[in-house]
Amino acid sequence: MKKLINTPESVLDDALAAIAAAHPELTVDRENRVIHRADAPRPGKVALISGGGSGHEPLHGGFVGPGMLDAACPGEVFTSPVPDQVLAALAATDGGAGAVLIVKNYTGDVLNFALATELARAEGIEVHTVLVNDDVAVEDSTWTAGRRGTGATVVVEKVAGALAERGAKAAEVAAVGERAVAASRSFAVALTAATTPAAGRPGFDLPADEIEVGVGIHGEPGRRREPLRPARELVAEVLDTILADHTLTAGDEVIALVNGLGATPLLELYIVHGELAARLAERGITLARSLVGNYVTSLDMAGFSLTLTKADPELLDLWDAPAATPALRRP
Amino acid sequence: MRTDLDQDLALAWLRAAAAAVERQHEQLTALDAAIGDGDHGSNLRRGFAAVTAALDALEPGATPGTVFSTAGRTLISKVGGASGPLYGSALRTAGAALPDPGADLTALAQAMRAGLGTVRKLGGAVVGDKTMVDAFEPAVAALERAAFDGFTLREAGALAAEAAEAGARATIPLQARKGRASYLGPRSVGHQDPGATSTALLFRALADAASGR
Repeated sequence: MKKLINTPESVLDDALAAIAAAHPELTVDRENRVIHRADAPRPGKVALISGGGSGHEPLHGGFVGPGMLDAACPGEVFTSPVPDQVLAALAATDGGAGAVLIVKNYTGDVLNFALATELARAEGIEVHTVLVNDDVAVEDSTWTAGRRGTGATVVVEKVAGALAERGAKAAEVAAVGERAVAASRSFAVALTAATTPAAGRPGFDLPADEIEVGVGIHGEPGRRREPLRPARELVAEVLDTILADHTLTAGDEVIALVNGLGATPLLELYIVHGELAARLAERGITLARSLVGNYVTSLDMAGFSLTLTKADPELLDLWDAPAATPALRRP
Repeated sequence: MRTDLDQDLALAWLRAAAAAVERQHEQLTALDAAIGDGDHGSNLRRGFAAVTAALDALEPGATPGTVFSTAGRTLISKVGGASGPLYGSALRTAGAALPDPGADLTALAQAMRAGLGTVRKLGGAVVGDKTMVDAFEPAVAALERAAFDGFTLREAGALAAEAAEAGARATIPLQARKGRASYLGPRSVGHQDPGATSTALLFRALADAASGR
């Protein structure tokens, strides 16, 4: 394992200290492990809070700032935060208008945010939860833990953040977040496995000429292993898989996120986006907005995820609204 | 009433559990790497190190219930993931069911049944889903049978540990239906569940702690 770390145990603490130094507009509470806006709490504004395992940077700390999140709670690498962190984030950002928690659908995240929600509500804080579950690689049935939350988290944090910034009520912010989740589908392909500092070796062994199709963001392997193919064929297959589960038809508009998993050059992500644009055009679907880059990563995993959000005037307006965060800025 | 479980045994059990996790965290992580995300051992190790420190700070004369509740709260606030809230809430529920300075085997079995109930409610898992419930359920059933049959805590602990270990091994051929391993679908078959394995460690720790009784 070659990593720019001090010790595997100190990765999160070292990174949190560094984030504080790099971004003076953010406050990093190192003791409680919360990153929040330096100007929090903002009276009357709904507190928008997210969190999850570390290793997915810039998610979530990179999206804290005006127009997106008020606070992020980073857990250990690939491990959800604990309820204490969520409560500390609430205490730091609650401006009296309640809070909306954005939670990815993983058992650990759901349980820890649920415990925090229960405790916060007992204190009289209005708390809503938006559960992100966009990953079509997982069959959504009573026989699984349900679909994972992946790339759509960025879309949800952007549109809900914009509405919260405009002074909407907590229930309205949660509702637009849920609408964005319902309009989004994602799918990911890995070319290599991720190596967590604690484990010290790749999460799965992958031959040089094979790929994992349908991976999650925690280094967990996908559902199938296939030979590597040209980007054109891979994107076509990923798009087919998403569209088989989506209600997109000719004439619809989409917001597209072509997301790197940590170790994929932007050059390759743009090639993926180019293929996506061509395939969408063939189907008469309008690529209304695009975001290409590393937004929901898996440490050093190579590969990409594709997220398509069916757009409407309100979602596009919120998507275009100003944001000033370390990883996403809009004038 | 017999007092099989007192503060000393509760402390001995959790310290034995912490020692077992410390010894076997690499094995737990390796099992988790096969079908999860490879952090089960390091997460539990971090949590039980904090549990040991919290128990050292307990006032003398605490009830077994306080010992369990303290450990449970510590796991919830230190571990994260799914195992933190599941093990932590189980211990808190079990602790709440043991308010007296001592408890007999029947009361211990009832407390563990209540803890298991919390795990099943939070995680929504049943036996056969390839989770910690696959080891927890048979271990509790063994405690209940042992209490009904009038066994000693030493005998009951050994039976519970064997039942949990058998339950953990029985997860190998299963396809996971809960937790992160469920995302693997059929590829989860052939691997022992890390959660069931750590549960078996915890009940083996009970057997070890009770073996002096």
